[in-house]
Amino acid sequence: MTGARFLEKNVAIVGIGQSEVGRPSSRSAMQLTVDAALEAIADAGLQPKDIDGVCSWPGDNSNGSSFSPVGPLAVLSMFGLDCNWFSGGYEAAGPLAGVMNGAMAIASGMANNVLVFRTITESSNRTSGSKDQSLAAKSGPRDGNFMWQWCTPFNVLSVVNITAMYAAAHMDKYGTTPEQLAQIALNARRNALLNPKAVMRKPMTMDDYFNSKMISTPLRMFDCDVHCDASTAIVLTRRDRARDLRNPPVRIEAIGAAMNQPYLWDQVDLTANATADAGNAMWARTDFKPSDVDTAQLYDGFSILTMMWLEGLGLCPRGGSGAFVEGGGRIALDGALPLNTNGGQLSGGRTHGMGYVHEACTQLWGRGGDRQIRDPRVAVCASGGGPLAGSLLLVKD
Amino acid sequence: MRKLPLLNAETRPFWTGGEVGELRMHRCDDCRRYFHPPAPVCRDCTSLKVGPVPVSGRGRVLTFTINRQAWTPELADPYVVAIVELEEQEGLRFLSNIVNCPAEAVAMGMPVSVVFERVEDVWIPLFERATS
Ligand SMILES: [Zn+2]
Repeated sequence: MTGARFLEKNVAIVGIGQSEVGRPSSRSAMQLTVDAALEAIADAGLQPKDIDGVCSWPGDNSNGSSFSPVGPLAVLSMFGLDCNWFSGGYEAAGPLAGVMNGAMAIASGMANNVLVFRTITESSNRTSGSKDQSLAAKSGPRDGNFMWQWCTPFNVLSVVNITAMYAAAHMDKYGTTPEQLAQIALNARRNALLNPKAVMRKPMTMDDYFNSKMISTPLRMFDCDVHCDASTAIVLTRRDRARDLRNPPVRIEAIGAAMNQPYLWDQVDLTANATADAGNAMWARTDFKPSDVDTAQLYDGFSILTMMWLEGLGLCPRGGSGAFVEGGGRIALDGALPLNTNGGQLSGGRTHGMGYVHEACTQLWGRGGDRQIRDPRVAVCASGGGPLAGSLLLVKD
Repeated sequence: MRKLPLLNAETRPFWTGGEVGELRMHRCDDCRRYFHPPAPVCRDCTSLKVGPVPVSGRGRVLTFTINRQAWTPELADPYVVAIVELEEQEGLRFLSNIVNCPAEAVAMGMPVSVVFERVEDVWIPLFERATS
């Protein structure tokens, strides 16, 4: 039995919340955060003062950077919380790390009710006319960043060039085709049409995909996620208390946070990245199997990363993601493995990590409306690209 | 205009070897494995007896992409970003550019050799199609 040994199973998600998903939003980053947090806390049937832990990835990022303008310190201060645990920071297993950190805080008795959130305002940053902050940072003085100093001298200013090379390597090694890759984008758009909050709500055809601007071969505009302004939050609670709250508890059945490669985007496994590191670690902590998964919410910052996650989590054979998504039927809402059911980040909006958890719970609790899939019990969420990877197996009690 | 790296004790040999026409990669004196990026400790055996040594500068294109997005006005023309594996050791590789040929001429597995582009006190190691 894995229950006594792996203590994340004693933690459950009991409430979810999300602000508007704007492109852009007129609301401030802090207001979006409050919107999401209050909705999640109320959804759980709790009061703000019940929250005694706050976690976020990546936390307050460079004083208001649009990538993460609000961190745990701002939130616990703003709500006047008596916190027993708080944590934020980039150096963790990808965008789901806030959930992992919060779950471990509860499992170890550091806190009882943890608010996990992620706020992002990259859309208003783009449209305000200011130069993109991440690009500006890369055109300043000499680069000493552990990772970027090996990229920017070669005019690699965005990870799209690197993920494009992963896609090229996957195509070369496994025969994956652009038409197969397109299915990730087409599936996301189909699902976004049924999600009132999705950013991209115009139908997309295969022709539209191939006509979208080539950014970095073989990745096109529609292989890249869309910026938005949004905050997403969840509430974690001790599982023994969760049964008394409003929603059927969604148990954190297993966490995958392993990293068995250096954090260098050109030194990682080019066709798997760190997805299998996280995936293998996650499956080692549970009696569930990949075949038990009813829906997958997998990182689609770039379409090729979703393909790698399908393989790294064992949802299809290594190198087999192209055949798996061929035609799009298997990953559709009525398919064997509904994927990124809210439109993912490609069409739903780059809520960056927490959106996958929000959607998994939405489906598990049967709140999906027009996009609701049939009776799911087990969901897997994964987030990250390159050497950054983390995954969660979620099970409705 | 390329953004230049910060040079320090570990990275300077890599970025300045071009001054004398050498591509220098870090190697461990104990296990004889090369590794990149340069660091004061061997990734394989944790030995501290590591340092830069000149390598052939020959390798092959492991994977590549043609960038078509003008991230800055100077980057309007397509350029090739590649990960090049050096012939000295499987897995010894780094990200670079393929230059001196049309972007469309670059192919997976293509043999390449190093050339250097000097900017201030940095000799950036780039690659071109190998002639022989
Ligand atoms: Zn060694």
